[in-house]
Amino acid sequence: MRNQQATRTLFELSKPGLRGCRLPEPDVPAAALHELLPAELLADAPPPLAELAEPDVVRHFTNLSTQNMSVDTHFYPLGSCTMKYNPKRNERVAQLAGLAELHPLQPDTTVQGLLALLYELAAMLAEIAGLPAVSLQPAAGAHGELTSLLVAAAHFRRRGEQRTKVLAPDSAHGTNPASAAMAGFTAVTVQSTPQGFVDLDDLRRKLDGQVAVFMITNPNTLGMFDPQIRVIAEMVHGAGGLIYLDGANMNAILGICRPGDFGADMMHFNCHKTFSGPHGGGGPGAGPIAVSSDLAPYLPVPLIERTAEGYRLVLDRPHSIGRVRSFFGNVGVLIRAWCYLRTHGARGLREVSTQAVLNANYLLSRIQHILPVPQGNRCMHEFVASAARLKAERGVSAMDIAKRLLDYGFHAPTVYFPPIVKEALMIEPTETESKETLDAFADALHQIVQEPPELLHHAPHSTLHSRPDEVQAARHPVTSWHATRPRPASP
Amino acid sequence: MAYLFNTPEDQQAMLAAIGAASLDDLFAMVPRELRLARELDLPPALTEMELWHHAQKLAAQNRSCRELVCFLGGGAYDHFVPAVVDQLAARGEFYTSYTPYQAEASKGNLQAFFEYQTLITRLTGMDVSNASLYDGATAAAEAVLLSLAATGRRRVVLPESLHPAYRQVLATYLAHLDAELVTLPTPQGSLLPDDLAQAVDEQTACVLVQHPNFFGVLEEMPALASLAKRCGALFIAAVDPISLGILKRPGDYGADLVVAEGQSLGNPLQYGGPYLGIMACREPLMRRLPGRIAGQTTDRHGRTCYVLTLQTREQHIRRERATSNICTNQGLLALRAAIYLAVMGPQGLREAATLCLYKSRYLARRLVEASGGRLAPAFQRPTFKEFVLRDRSGRVEALVEQGLAAGYLAGVPLGRWYPQWADGWLLAVTEQRTLSEMEGLCACLAGM
Repeated sequence: MRNQQATRTLFELSKPGLRGCRLPEPDVPAAALHELLPAELLADAPPPLAELAEPDVVRHFTNLSTQNMSVDTHFYPLGSCTMKYNPKRNERVAQLAGLAELHPLQPDTTVQGLLALLYELAAMLAEIAGLPAVSLQPAAGAHGELTSLLVAAAHFRRRGEQRTKVLAPDSAHGTNPASAAMAGFTAVTVQSTPQGFVDLDDLRRKLDGQVAVFMITNPNTLGMFDPQIRVIAEMVHGAGGLIYLDGANMNAILGICRPGDFGADMMHFNCHKTFSGPHGGGGPGAGPIAVSSDLAPYLPVPLIERTAEGYRLVLDRPHSIGRVRSFFGNVGVLIRAWCYLRTHGARGLREVSTQAVLNANYLLSRIQHILPVPQGNRCMHEFVASAARLKAERGVSAMDIAKRLLDYGFHAPTVYFPPIVKEALMIEPTETESKETLDAFADALHQIVQEPPELLHHAPHSTLHSRPDEVQAARHPVTSWHATRPRPASP
Repeated sequence: MAYLFNTPEDQQAMLAAIGAASLDDLFAMVPRELRLARELDLPPALTEMELWHHAQKLAAQNRSCRELVCFLGGGAYDHFVPAVVDQLAARGEFYTSYTPYQAEASKGNLQAFFEYQTLITRLTGMDVSNASLYDGATAAAEAVLLSLAATGRRRVVLPESLHPAYRQVLATYLAHLDAELVTLPTPQGSLLPDDLAQAVDEQTACVLVQHPNFFGVLEEMPALASLAKRCGALFIAAVDPISLGILKRPGDYGADLVVAEGQSLGNPLQYGGPYLGIMACREPLMRRLPGRIAGQTTDRHGRTCYVLTLQTREQHIRRERATSNICTNQGLLALRAAIYLAVMGPQGLREAATLCLYKSRYLARRLVEASGGRLAPAFQRPTFKEFVLRDRSGRVEALVEQGLAAGYLAGVPLGRWYPQWADGWLLAVTEQRTLSEMEGLCACLAGM
């Protein structure tokens, strides 16, 4: 039933002379291009793109889409990514011409409705964070981290303090140390205890007058809420540093507790995770940040201000770190986040976190005896199971299990992260899944762990292809299509 | 309103399986004293119907580019988007999936990104493209960071004709790094090769030039590129992808890196984002690229397949030694760009570029004619789809306001970014603008 022809690459489908779009004849005087442009800048021929008829394009991409797993089609328990249902109503709102067809340089007076929406979104995020000042600009979580660290750097520079280090636990997302390096800091790793909490002794050893920021994910990447957070915050603040909360796991604590209340000075939200902006096959996201009033002067420009005459963009902020992107923010994603918050309200959000935590704990209870969860029998919105015992006893790895799940019609969990758990399977069911789905997933795992190792090593068996040769891909990178390259045989 | 499944009976059964007494008990690991003792103070929840009506009201308080006639540019453009782009990108299998970590379950996205990368290399004349960055400005900043790392040098040279937001973002990104930003004045609206020759030396990591530049002016790219490379600096071209329908590709004049704002390639204006950061380079720089890269390989049966590759560059493997911190990128916009380029094809892109050229030249000439001597071209060198006029009466704001009153988004005053050109007026014309819209703009300004 599969249409193999339509899933050949665009370039194999291309036929000279075909076209999918025709534009009107010029309604103004035309001239030869060489009369209008210097020869040294003019191309000899149009760029060698693919040449296709419109139906070709439609069939090609439609068929490609069917080769993805997605939230709309599959349970997608990818830990740390919060793959929850993406409400269709939010899509329709974001695509309203009065919100989508706005140019970023339009006068403020012509975008009052949008500025009101964004202003309200910022206020709602501030309330959820427990931190008063919000920038909607960062394009994704990692961009929010970088922006916040630049805010911290500006803050210390203005105070005349030389602070060069950023600390993060060994369980942190890789973006934390990478953002620290990009902002000009030295990244220092703090050890975790066997329970996955911050090792306070190690933190104490590494905490000195050089530390600008301690980046913490709480709940952490093991799905555990670190109860020492207030002590940690006191230690870091005592040494003159700031606490950054990586908000990747906010889906566990909406309305339950607030980062600003437990000691964070700054944080980011992942709107594409927590507030259901679709993940888009790898973005776009939106990573707004919230900071304390002390740090507010350094937020990037522009900010939205509400005045008696209406809303306006403020560009003139003398202590601001400046601009972090071309224009205002990933507005399309922010609009969807606004829709999400407006349709949930305070009780709805608390319900989201409660049910997300219920689902995760239920799934944990269903599988922990076959895939041990080293951090214990309770979790927040996600948990990390380990296939280490299975690996030792039967040679079956976390990757084998992940790949076999695809045959059962489930997307795989995140694997081999966080690095502090051996053979890690990081599972985040989210609140938008039923008990029946969780049971089916747990049943699949029960079957998989009993299957012959040989079967699992070669899984998946039902997908269009089996495991890709990643070594070949990295050693001899083929990152674009070339007509002359000999093509591997098709099945 | 939450999108939930579990009935009260389900919840009881689940709690029993967990061994928890209550839902509240699930949060036992969050210390009581840290809990919020009240409800969040948020507006009351709306039903779908109420949301839809409320959002429509807010949308109606904006005056969109469908209501007003858009002559705004400055890095975001009102180009035509064929219907297939919206229709295909709206498939849930595309937009509700995530980064293709599991290749076997993500072949659609991986192949689409591989095709996107191929289209971008063919458009720019580069060897390798990544699978997207956030937007044009951050792509430019990443290209500069790459150049600093690749050359071990610390000076970054760019002209004032580079988009002001790109320069601001660069300044933000470099604020705490060991790098020096040298901005060359461009009093004639473009960078003079002689000026560049004097500014570059063995300490120069890169030269970043936008073409067409912020004023719409075409820079002398071949000469500038060879000057940069003569002293061992990398040459970064920031381009308008639509212009490559008719202009020489950066690879053809010696660029080492190309960055671009990809919004023009089938992506909505959406008040500035999400947009598409395009980045491509020559092969020797491949392993320094930031962001995701899709690569072709085979499975154990020899079947062609695709996978995220060269991941040892990335944050989840390399942590603080990664080439960038980027994780989530702009996948859906890269997909849209691939669909757009597939449906436009070489001839369609050439037609779009040609129409932009003809129409913008026409409007520039007609505005000058209609102004009775008040307006004049600001710069001598040729432009592509955007241009700057100077208002001898120095009342650009009034022109823009007059235009708005008549239903036109009539460009922007250049003085917003360039105090020395307070009399400058920046306008853009895409293939969507018609003769009657342009004549309408001229007529409404004629009496001023």
